[in-house]
Amino acid sequence: MADVNRGNRPLSPHISIYRWHIPMLTSILTRITGNALIVTALLVVWWFAAAAAGPESFAVADGFLRSWFGDLVMFFSVLGLWYHTLAGIRHLIWDEVKMLEIDKAELLGQIILIVSVLLTIFTVVVL
Amino acid sequence: MAYLTDRKRAHGLGASHSGTRQHWRMSMSSVALAILIPLFVFTFGAVLGGTYEEVVIYYQRPIPAAIAVLTFIVGFWHFRAGAQIMIEDYSRGFTRKALIVGVTCLSYALAAIGVLALIRLAL
Repeated sequence: MADVNRGNRPLSPHISIYRWHIPMLTSILTRITGNALIVTALLVVWWFAAAAAGPESFAVADGFLRSWFGDLVMFFSVLGLWYHTLAGIRHLIWDEVKMLEIDKAELLGQIILIVSVLLTIFTVVVL
Repeated sequence: MAYLTDRKRAHGLGASHSGTRQHWRMSMSSVALAILIPLFVFTFGAVLGGTYEEVVIYYQRPIPAAIAVLTFIVGFWHFRAGAQIMIEDYSRGFTRKALIVGVTCLSYALAAIGVLALIRLAL
């Protein structure tokens, strides 16, 4: 009697079997980008401290930031920074109790994903 | 105490006895950063790639230096608070305390180093 519906019961939305959707993805990306930006912050502060210390130490920090590896880190830093900035603006919109309906929240998520990529391309081209 | 109503005793006490202030300060710092981050990206990005002399001259100008100082102060405060929220979500006990102390020290140390470096460059 206890197993009449075995195999056909609704499942709890566990993370490993749950279909990824935009609000879920954009939410965790906000946390990941925000915390990963400590790497960028360390590099930028190192660069400023080195510039303050003198030409020799500046050459070391500047050389690292402008190496291919530094460029790669800075590229993902810019992408993460724009994404996190847009996600923060999205939270400010939500704080005003706007765009909270499911379809609008999904649209806002798609917008921040696309605009962060466009802003990154713009930044890389301009700078 | 007995004269207070149940509602009055519960007033202002969430699950953690606080938190609205944290949320408010996070929102306010994000408003500041929404302005500061684009300014910092395009000032710092403009001078990154220049020679040592160009960088020093550039950050002797008050506006790029002020943007960088404000970005460091607000940015590291915002990072500290945000990282603390993550630590509180994923860890507990002594690990949680140690990580919060660590992230607080790191944030304020980086903010101080960044600001002092800019003061030295500007003077």
